[in-house]
Amino acid sequence: MSTPSLEIKELAFAYPDGNQALFGVNLSIEKGERVALLGPNGAGKTTLVMHMNGIHPTAQGSVRIAGELVDAKNKDSLKQIRAKVGIVFQDPDDQLFMPTVGEDVAFGPYNMGKRGEELDSIVNEALKLVGMAEFKDRPPHHLSFGQRRRVAVATVLAMKPEILVLDEPSSNLDPASRRELADILRSLDITMVMVTHDLPYANELCERAVILNGGVIVSDGSTRNILTNKALLEANRLELPVGFSIQ
Amino acid sequence: MGERLYLHRHSIVHETASYLKVVAAIAFILVAVSTPISNWQAFIGYFIWVLIVAAIAKIPFTLLFKRALIEIPFIFFAILMPFFGSGERFVAGPFNLYREGLIAGAGIVVKGTLGVLTAIILSTSTTAREILRGLERLRLPALMVQIASFMLRYVNVVNDEMERMKVARDSRGFEATGLKHWRVLATAAGALFIRSYERGERVHLSMLSRGYEGVLPHDEVEKSKASDWLMVLIYPLVALVILLITTLIGN
Repeated sequence: MSTPSLEIKELAFAYPDGNQALFGVNLSIEKGERVALLGPNGAGKTTLVMHMNGIHPTAQGSVRIAGELVDAKNKDSLKQIRAKVGIVFQDPDDQLFMPTVGEDVAFGPYNMGKRGEELDSIVNEALKLVGMAEFKDRPPHHLSFGQRRRVAVATVLAMKPEILVLDEPSSNLDPASRRELADILRSLDITMVMVTHDLPYANELCERAVILNGGVIVSDGSTRNILTNKALLEANRLELPVGFSIQ
Repeated sequence: MGERLYLHRHSIVHETASYLKVVAAIAFILVAVSTPISNWQAFIGYFIWVLIVAAIAKIPFTLLFKRALIEIPFIFFAILMPFFGSGERFVAGPFNLYREGLIAGAGIVVKGTLGVLTAIILSTSTTAREILRGLERLRLPALMVQIASFMLRYVNVVNDEMERMKVARDSRGFEATGLKHWRVLATAAGALFIRSYERGERVHLSMLSRGYEGVLPHDEVEKSKASDWLMVLIYPLVALVILLITTLIGN
């Protein structure tokens, strides 16, 4: 067995105001897996994600990305880690801050020391992966929401991450954009963690699902098994849309 | 917003490198403000020259003058100056004016207008983003350029947010008619501030996640040729020539 892309051991975290968000999380994700991270609001999903690239320093336990320890104090390794963990945030306007789409996609690789033609080809390739190549010179605020979400994915893909973390990828998308994004995500050959409330979307894209509630992992298994276990879903404030059923 | 000032045209002024234009504009303004107001012939020359440059830049005069109205609040006190002061007085129509105040006030208005017209030509022929690049090239501290470029990027986002909050208020029957509604507006402004502040934090997080270490990427710049410099410096140089000629004739 190869080194897991993500390995979290006994991770606990409390906010400075004393509010404890994580109580010993254990999670291991193999290379190439697509995993849905499910859980009600306030379960600690975002806090967990913020640990994956050292935005929140690990207070207790450990997080490893492809075997490398995430250590917020070690600046050099942190830079490596942030190149390996690509987080796509929920609001694309938070992620797209440069004047044009192309420059925004270039932001990450530039910080990793890429320049000139190499940088250019990385940008073009990333935009092509999400089908946004012709929008390279456009300012982000002229794009539709779905397009901006796709560019946000490209900004992260341009860093050639080991693991792609998506925070609510389907939120606020119209059905067509939602499907287009699903097609793009499915076409990527990359380890993926998807934080979502959109259970059908999780079922569509991820073979494995993990439920986080009250700061611990309460269930870990195949998405199909989890989503057909009514009692489990109910206990964790998760619900399939009315009329939706998994055969 | 942000790019709203820019007027897309093909002219020699539009195509000149932005940092050269910034240098030329500042140099021209320096020449204009250091001309003594008593040398009034020079100012006539400056105005004609500014209008010629605006014409070369294919900026319609109506647009130029409409945008120049922005200076009115700033020169308001200059207009009042002839009415207050001390020293020699004289009567002009219904007004009893102070001579010194009139000269000083006219100086501010005339020089201010020249500066504003120059700035308008610059902002109409150059995208805001290009001006920022120009400033970066001129070694304005990177932090200031970054702050300004973030402002440019998010002014639309914040504006939309403000608009949505207004719609939400109005849909619940709110109508700002007077002083008693300021409380509501102030609360909304506060909420908008907090939201923008939090957005700033989220943007910073997303920047850190992509390895931000204090430098924004910028394109490698090509060196400008001496002929480019010469061409753009015609703008302040003509003003300088006008100044010299009028000074010599005056003597």
